[in-house]
Amino acid sequence: MQLTVWTYEGPPHVGAMRIATAMEGVHYVLHAPQGDTYADLLFTMIERRKKRPPVTYTTFQARDLGSDTAEIFKTAAREAYDRFKPQAMLVGASCTAELIQDDPGGLARALNLPIPVVPLELPSYQRKENWGASETFYRLVRTLAGPNAPPPGTPRPEREPGRRPCCNLLGPTALGFRHRDDVTEITNLLGLLDIDVVVVAPLGATPADLARLGEADFNIVLYPEIAETAARWLERTFGQPQVTAVPIGIGATREFVVQVAKLAGVDPMPVLSGQRSRLPWYSRSIDSTYLTAKRVFIFGDATHAVAAARVADEELGFTVVGLGTYAREFARSVRAAAETYGVEPLITDDYLQVEAKIAELQPELVLGTQMERHIAKRLGIPCAVISAPVHVQDYPARYSPQMGFEGANVLFDTWVHPLTMGLEEHLLTMFREDFEFHDEAGPSHLPSAAAETETVAPSSAGPIGWAPEAEQELKKVPFFVRGKARRNTEQFAQNMGVATITVETLYDAKAHFGR
Amino acid sequence: MSGPSGLAPSPSRQGCAEITVLRERGQREVFCGLTGIIWLHRKIQDAFFLIVGSRTCAHLMQSAAGVMIFAEPRFATAVIEERDLAGLADANEELDKVVGQLLERRPEIRLLFLVGSCPSEVIKLDLSRAAARLSQTFAPDVRILHYSGSGIETTFTQGEDACLAALVPELPEAPLHEADRLLVVGALPDIVEDQFRRLFEALGIGPVDFLPSRSATALPPVGGSTRYLLAQPFLADTARALEGRGARHLPAPFPFGVDGTTGWLAAAAKAFGVGDAHLRRVVAPAEQRARTALERYRRQLSGKRIFFFPDSQLEVPLARFLAREMGMHLVEVGTPYLHRQHLAAEIDLLPGDTVYSEGQDVDRQLDRCRSARPDLVVCGLGLANPLEIEGITTKWSIELVFSPVHGYEQAGDLAELFARPLVRRDRLEV
Repeated sequence: MQLTVWTYEGPPHVGAMRIATAMEGVHYVLHAPQGDTYADLLFTMIERRKKRPPVTYTTFQARDLGSDTAEIFKTAAREAYDRFKPQAMLVGASCTAELIQDDPGGLARALNLPIPVVPLELPSYQRKENWGASETFYRLVRTLAGPNAPPPGTPRPEREPGRRPCCNLLGPTALGFRHRDDVTEITNLLGLLDIDVVVVAPLGATPADLARLGEADFNIVLYPEIAETAARWLERTFGQPQVTAVPIGIGATREFVVQVAKLAGVDPMPVLSGQRSRLPWYSRSIDSTYLTAKRVFIFGDATHAVAAARVADEELGFTVVGLGTYAREFARSVRAAAETYGVEPLITDDYLQVEAKIAELQPELVLGTQMERHIAKRLGIPCAVISAPVHVQDYPARYSPQMGFEGANVLFDTWVHPLTMGLEEHLLTMFREDFEFHDEAGPSHLPSAAAETETVAPSSAGPIGWAPEAEQELKKVPFFVRGKARRNTEQFAQNMGVATITVETLYDAKAHFGR
Repeated sequence: MSGPSGLAPSPSRQGCAEITVLRERGQREVFCGLTGIIWLHRKIQDAFFLIVGSRTCAHLMQSAAGVMIFAEPRFATAVIEERDLAGLADANEELDKVVGQLLERRPEIRLLFLVGSCPSEVIKLDLSRAAARLSQTFAPDVRILHYSGSGIETTFTQGEDACLAALVPELPEAPLHEADRLLVVGALPDIVEDQFRRLFEALGIGPVDFLPSRSATALPPVGGSTRYLLAQPFLADTARALEGRGARHLPAPFPFGVDGTTGWLAAAAKAFGVGDAHLRRVVAPAEQRARTALERYRRQLSGKRIFFFPDSQLEVPLARFLAREMGMHLVEVGTPYLHRQHLAAEIDLLPGDTVYSEGQDVDRQLDRCRSARPDLVVCGLGLANPLEIEGITTKWSIELVFSPVHGYEQAGDLAELFARPLVRRDRLEV
């Protein structure tokens, strides 16, 4: 058992949901109790997706255990097929259903549905979200592209002369950190090199798209955590080479362009020779000298953490004082990178350990996940988010990729602005419903907000007095509207000719003005 | 209204006629009982909630609560791992270790709840024995209790019910042959609690206690002299446990809106021998104030059609408030569980042709909702944006649980929560 306050990754079936939700024409029937339906809100609220995730939960209850949970699964799968008419179905169990061992795969097979059904074995007590996403994508690719595979050992035919080179973009999912914008950026970049994109998967792909993955000349793995396993299988099966450079930052993007151009047999120079990002100049501009040797702590998924360390070190002139990841499966790359910066790698999914490390190191900037953002706020350290786990703020309305040349511009802005201006976040609106909000518990990280209300409080004494109980009652109003409540009440009292404000006056005024 | 102690039943109803309830059994789109920890851990300030569960439980808690918490919360999850299942590690030994770690880290904790989850229930991890064992280890500094918030047994607010029911045996015995005392049951925001306390004081009703109390070391007494009012409609097990301790229920509507609050206070007034005239004198100014506050929103809500998806069990009392005081039409009142006895006073006040649904088959309910095209839909977070994109205005139900909405002084705020999505829709030109 592990004591966990916050967790970096969800369970593996949430990873499977990220694949199903990213795709079109796929439905996931998940054997799970009712509480597991919370996962829908990750997609509809955090990512603001316009459709419910294509997931049917069996929502079995205690009284069903030992009697007919298998029947409940079959009914749910049959009804989901009838209602949603998917082109492919994923079936599996969440942590609780895994324990009751109903075998969703076997049950679904028995239904003889006229579509490919992919059973998922995602061990919830060993594995986590990213692994679940990777495994799900791999299973889908194998099931759907497998029938089109050439006999083993067949050499890949040469591209016909005159045909433009083409590739697949693999890895972007629902609930990914800036995946949507990265895909646009990289597709545009490939366009500049005269390379076509055959399939982007899983984001926006249909089962039919996965079936023709083998048509492309090569694969680009944007997010190894999600797509490396599938890409390796495609390499073995279809002889498709893969691009391993992850184009985050100027240096990495240029390397990516060189690798891609080589595989495609095109000239990289038209892209490399132009000045396509402002980062190099902004970083050399003399006002950036204050960035020199800023001590930065970096934590995230392995790909984003390693990429961020390189950008911080080579492109912004920061000093990397800490580097780590919560993704044990990809720890090797983080260890190697940590060695080049001469720091001890922090490989852990224990939030408290990360917090302790940051507190100990006292960096000047934290580049992390939403979890490190919380830590940094508490410690009063500027922070920028570079990796999942995500939050609603990680889905900005504006175009905001991490990858490619525009991505480098975004990195410059988002990492440098917290240093100059402090992290301006409007957390207050999020806490409006928190009825227990009071000054002592609240604004530990918002000293300015608390100070402001304190200065508001005694300013408007005037001829109207406050009875002590009324003053007490006013203190229970959340601090961010207290100033307004005070002003309104005093104005009301003045209009009504009330000399001393009582609790009654306070509420009379509240009723009078409304919200 | 005919009088404070006897609200006029809805004109279309005669007595306790049969009501139409659509019972559904299918996919449910509701939280499990663990979610109640999000408000309970702030209400009882020296209590800690340790979920014994899976990564899914931990992920649920931070997804449901993540946007609200920025201090270290007083809850955590002991995540069950493969070796706990494979018998390599004795799960009980592991749990003891985790509890030890936790109490070392949080020495201010006086009450620890071990909270059961779906996986802990399925593997039959005996948390009652664990709680007893750990209580011995950590007595007298920390008391350790347990309850289940699992999704196979509890729905959303039922978690609070299970938690409070677990507290009942811990309550001190009220002295025998003492004068009657009032117990208000259900977690209320502190400010609402204080408002009610003042009203009871003005009525001359006392002593008054609240369950849960703000501190685990100041639990209210209970016994044969206890008369209790439910402040929330989802407390079936807690009520049963209180009856077991000799307490007697005061049937009443729930204190939402003017009618509900007056009916609720009147039930206590009657039991404590407070005359109608005095009751009227005490509540009249607050009633009037609440009506003033409501008037503004009545214009926005009156005549609008509302559809409730099941969520918190607050649906029936809220529907009554919206129908009677705001003039809204009820298309469907969905609730996870319809407690006929606790809701009797509410059902009496609702139109006789109200369509109730109990349980859920979410896809069928969505079909009904789409074909009815209501003006406002009350639903959970997973459904709200997909409905909005279809042009259906929604109100997140969770906000109704996380905001102060009880009593006279919050009546206007409660109405405003329903009016805001409609006002917003009218305002936006994009």
